[in-house]
Amino acid sequence: MTLSSVRQLVVPNWPVLLIFVLLALAPVWSMYGGSDFTIRLLTRALILALAAVGLNFVLGFGGLVSLMHASFFGVGAYTVAILAHHDFNGDTLFGLPGTSNLLVSGPAAVFLALVFAVATGALVLRTKGAYFIMMTLALNQMLFFFMIALQQYGGEDGMQIYLPLHLSGYEFGSDSAIYYTVLIVLAFFVFLLSRLVCSRFGNVIRASSENEERLTAIGISPFHYKLVAFTISGAVTAVAGVLWAISQEYVSPADLSWIRSADLVVIAVLGGLVRVWGPLVGALVFVLAEYFLSDITVYWQLVFGLGIIAVVVLFPGGMLSVWATIRKINWGRAHDA
Amino acid sequence: MTTGLFVEQSLNGLQLGVMLFLVTAGLTLVFGIMDFINLAHGSLFMFGAFLAATFVKITGIFWLALILAVLATGLIGFVMEFLVLRRFYHRSHLDQVLLTFGFILVFNDITRIIWGSIPLPMPLPEILSMPVQIMPGVMYPSFRIAILVLGLIVALCLFLIIERTRLGMWIRAGASDRQMTSALGVNVGLVFTLVFAAGAALAALAGIMSGPISAVQIGMGEPILILALVVTVIGGIGSVKGALIAAIMIGMVDTFGRVMFPPAISSILIYLLMVLILAFRPRGLFPANV
Repeated sequence: MTLSSVRQLVVPNWPVLLIFVLLALAPVWSMYGGSDFTIRLLTRALILALAAVGLNFVLGFGGLVSLMHASFFGVGAYTVAILAHHDFNGDTLFGLPGTSNLLVSGPAAVFLALVFAVATGALVLRTKGAYFIMMTLALNQMLFFFMIALQQYGGEDGMQIYLPLHLSGYEFGSDSAIYYTVLIVLAFFVFLLSRLVCSRFGNVIRASSENEERLTAIGISPFHYKLVAFTISGAVTAVAGVLWAISQEYVSPADLSWIRSADLVVIAVLGGLVRVWGPLVGALVFVLAEYFLSDITVYWQLVFGLGIIAVVVLFPGGMLSVWATIRKINWGRAHDA
Repeated sequence: MTTGLFVEQSLNGLQLGVMLFLVTAGLTLVFGIMDFINLAHGSLFMFGAFLAATFVKITGIFWLALILAVLATGLIGFVMEFLVLRRFYHRSHLDQVLLTFGFILVFNDITRIIWGSIPLPMPLPEILSMPVQIMPGVMYPSFRIAILVLGLIVALCLFLIIERTRLGMWIRAGASDRQMTSALGVNVGLVFTLVFAAGAALAALAGIMSGPISAVQIGMGEPILILALVVTVIGGIGSVKGALIAAIMIGMVDTFGRVMFPPAISSILIYLLMVLILAFRPRGLFPANV
């Protein structure tokens, strides 16, 4: 793959602009004929999309199959929820007062995610392949069981956020306001990561997934680059967790279980891995499939699981080759070759 | 901590360790020989428990149900490996993760369709339902002792097969260098199918053993899968000896951690142990392919 073709792949082009324009119009459409539920469903899809955009930065471009991104998501969501909880109770946490102001708790959440990502990344990035996957899975469950054990924050039942979260006084009055906030944040990070992927830093990350020895030979230490990428990736997913806390006003350990991590991997794969905005498509497919399948049958996970197995068995090249295969089908037109 | 409590907790820890070893033995060899990640291993654990509960209901004989459930799950493992998994040994780890994650979703819902969402009871034979006195003033459930003894016997047999027989030698050779082993005339594919089916059967046995202690319910295999991964990583991928030592270690640390520390610390204790060990031994305690 040459550099210019890579640039073509990652720079936002007309399909992604079209998707964003359509998404921006969705609340208008739901006002006439749709429902608030549509907006909440789309909000959910966009938040999962952002979480998977974060994951895809290391999965799609760095080749790192992380099964611990739900834990970054959880760090983001729980930080906001816990600070709001202490604000509601009027007590302190390690001597500091709680807050419902997202201008404080948001950055705090991202900071904690950065610390957590550096600490865990420094450990897991020393390992490769199967080891890496198992270690990330184990670390994800470490945080999961830790949150279950913390009874003061709801334990297994999770915790409700009672005070309205606000941006220094501005409250999200409606579902649409939250929706647009999520959409703007998502667009911002898609743009930011697209620039980053095309940068010299991005080149090193992509190269590290292909041949680490060669990188080392030309004097670049892949480990440090991968650690920075892993940290950025975790922080972006944590931002999605913050948005999750805002939109759901509720967090629970289920939000950071390893199943959620695997869901994010599925979303990134559905999105084709090679585009920064790919997970947006993946998340829309995922959430809509979940919604419609669960409407048809209570055993929707069976259908979904079979779907995943069928795709992996039938299309060895991943979802990308599904698109390629579909494009190759002649759609009934006469073949003149 | 009194001596009585100490003895009781040691037995509990040893029992958890033995059960973990049975789950991990298959998993670590599958990783070691074929470099294949099987997230669905916990589902086989779950199948074992559900099948045993059902067979007890049908036959009324606990030991017969146990054998039937272990064989049936071994067969499920064989079919899985033969039909699908063997196509994935040369595929990327990402594909393997997706495939076996798909299997988990499918297996969970199949279980829900067949057995419903309510946890099943696991009836015990008469002689195992009475507590026994293991030392003055300390009563201990007899089925837990039976589980421990059975687990230790199976673990010992497995260990002897792996370390002392020709088949075991092929398996160890396959785990440390698959290509060289097949070049020397060992049918690694066949050996691997057997290992996978045996691993499934052992996971089922562990599932049956945990049935009377925790409930027989959907998703019961997932926490065990995570613990088995921790054991695999600590013991060194592909090493049965490492798995045995790491499993007992995790069983003990987890059990005593829950007695001695507040939940917030005990819940993460084994992961901290894993981190600590890997900091000094990045490839686990006994890596198979050096």
